[in-house]
Amino acid sequence: MSNDAAPILARNPLTTELAGAAVTSTPMVSLRAQIGQWRHEFILLGAIAALFIVVGAVNPMFLNSANVTNLFAGNAYIAIAAIGMSMVIICGHIDVSVGALIGVLAMVSGSLAVNGYSPWLAWLIPIMIGVSISAFVGALVAYVRIPSIVVTLGMFSILKGGLITVTGGMWLSGLPADFLIAQYRFFGIPSTVWLMFVLTMLAAMWLHGSFSGRTFYAVGSNAEAAQVIGIRTAPTVVLAFAMHGGFAGIAAVLFATQMQVIQSTVPAGLELTIIAASVVGGVSILGGRGFIVGSTLAAILFAIINSSLIFLNVSAYWLRAVQGLLILVVVLADITQRRQVR
Amino acid sequence: MSTLSIDPRRLLRHETVLVFLLAIALLVLSVQSEHFFTADNLLNQGRLMTEVSLIALAMTFVILTGGIDLSVGSIFGLVAISLGVLWQSLGLPLPMAMIVAVMIGGAAGLLNGLIITRFGVPPLITTLATLMLYRGLAEGISQGRSVRGYPDWFLQLAQGELLHVPNQFWLLCICAVAAAVILGCTAFGRAIYATGANKTAAWFSGIDIRRTQLWIYIASGLLTAMAAIIFVSRVSTTRSDMGTGMELEAITAVVLGGASIFGGHGTVIGTVLGLALMQALKNGLALAGVRGDGTIIVIGLVLIATSLISNSFNRGKS
Repeated sequence: MSNDAAPILARNPLTTELAGAAVTSTPMVSLRAQIGQWRHEFILLGAIAALFIVVGAVNPMFLNSANVTNLFAGNAYIAIAAIGMSMVIICGHIDVSVGALIGVLAMVSGSLAVNGYSPWLAWLIPIMIGVSISAFVGALVAYVRIPSIVVTLGMFSILKGGLITVTGGMWLSGLPADFLIAQYRFFGIPSTVWLMFVLTMLAAMWLHGSFSGRTFYAVGSNAEAAQVIGIRTAPTVVLAFAMHGGFAGIAAVLFATQMQVIQSTVPAGLELTIIAASVVGGVSILGGRGFIVGSTLAAILFAIINSSLIFLNVSAYWLRAVQGLLILVVVLADITQRRQVR
Repeated sequence: MSTLSIDPRRLLRHETVLVFLLAIALLVLSVQSEHFFTADNLLNQGRLMTEVSLIALAMTFVILTGGIDLSVGSIFGLVAISLGVLWQSLGLPLPMAMIVAVMIGGAAGLLNGLIITRFGVPPLITTLATLMLYRGLAEGISQGRSVRGYPDWFLQLAQGELLHVPNQFWLLCICAVAAAVILGCTAFGRAIYATGANKTAAWFSGIDIRRTQLWIYIASGLLTAMAAIIFVSRVSTTRSDMGTGMELEAITAVVLGGASIFGGHGTVIGTVLGLALMQALKNGLALAGVRGDGTIIVIGLVLIATSLISNSFNRGKS
């Protein structure tokens, strides 16, 4: 067991060796220390369970299996986008344009499908475009040294303006049935949920278990030190952004295929939800620290919060205020709790 | 003091580039359209740019301390709708409603500042969350309605003129001069630069960095509130989605003006030049028949391009 668990248990790769051999040589950890390392994830799981119980007690319809499935399936794309966002944040950067990027890529995907391209192309091309756009952003950040918040704020307005200008605000409908990958099911579970779990696990294992994954932490916690020990920091940052673009592309395809139409407007504040999922999931906004499993759990938590508000009959006009307040409270609680631990 | 003195040549350089760019833009625009270089058009541009400019002035201070305020667009909407609802639904006299609305803006800024300074939540995260919160409050308060029918004297505030110059442009000039004086000539201004350049060093030099930051976020809320009231008076109506994306324009102007997003570097003059350049671009595009959505693409491109140019200059230097 220890061999499989080792890469995941090494929560702070820099305290173990960075030489790659660390993967197999992590010392045995006591059960108590192991639980301590997963503390953050346990708190998130506890919050998820508590919400299910409380909201389920008030309105039993909430626990209806169709609702629970919809809840997971409908929000998996946020968790997947949060994986990529976590990588960028771990490297010490940020992308505030991800919401607009997902909107643009979803529209690209849908347009390809409607214009008769095979579903495979309609799925893969947006992912490749996402990788290219984000790699370009990463290159501007890493080589030209423009702060990521400035580049991505600029990208946000370019992508958002471009989306509205090109589509003219029109919705896209008439999507072919075989294109709607988000509505596929395997063993009764929606494909989006499968993808969320598989991608989370793969990303977590890669980030913690591989040498290139660990360089993300090194670059994020101290770029100069990383450079000194021989890590090429600029390509690392570009790689992180490129992967982020890929995850945004996957998220976009799932978002595009969830319903029968694709809107030309991006859900308002999508980038906030994605960034908040990363941060509440335990990724330090200052870089160098964090765990992918946490960000997925946090994305699920947000999805449950949003859904419960509807089941608790919160007025639609106040929905966004309550969501904003809850995100703020969760972030505050998270930061105070983490400060006590240290 | 010596740690605070910024190489004047470098600052001058960025601002010289901006003046140069502005001159080119004005030249191109006046050749392209005969309507551009008329007193009427230029004064009208001054009227249109006031709201964003007031916010950008406050944003300069915020960014100088190494922070950022993404919630200003939402505060803008919240103040606008509060003004309308306080006056029309709650029956407050309009001057009273204006004062209360400005105080709501200040309170929103205070909340940002408290979360940032007392809990140590990074400004980016704090104001992203309050961006959603304040916009949500605006939507909740408005319940989807808009407020109209403001009295004539209120509309005159931002539609009227004093000595042929729009009223609010006078206010903008006063605020810009005040901001430049505060930043350049007072201990508080020095404290802002010091806080942005190195928080720890500033703390050990006896600067209360928490109080400095707190005041700046309050000021950001207050100036945004004033901008919102001017906007309501200019367009004679109130909706809860007012000011969406305004934070982007304000930040673009400040970064365009040469301020470092990491804090410690930047001037009010730079921001003012950045604002003028942006307004010239918007006006030029509008005269050329480009619609609003096309304009935000150009603003995004300009933001990235300026950072590119400014960075390659700095690199050439070092």
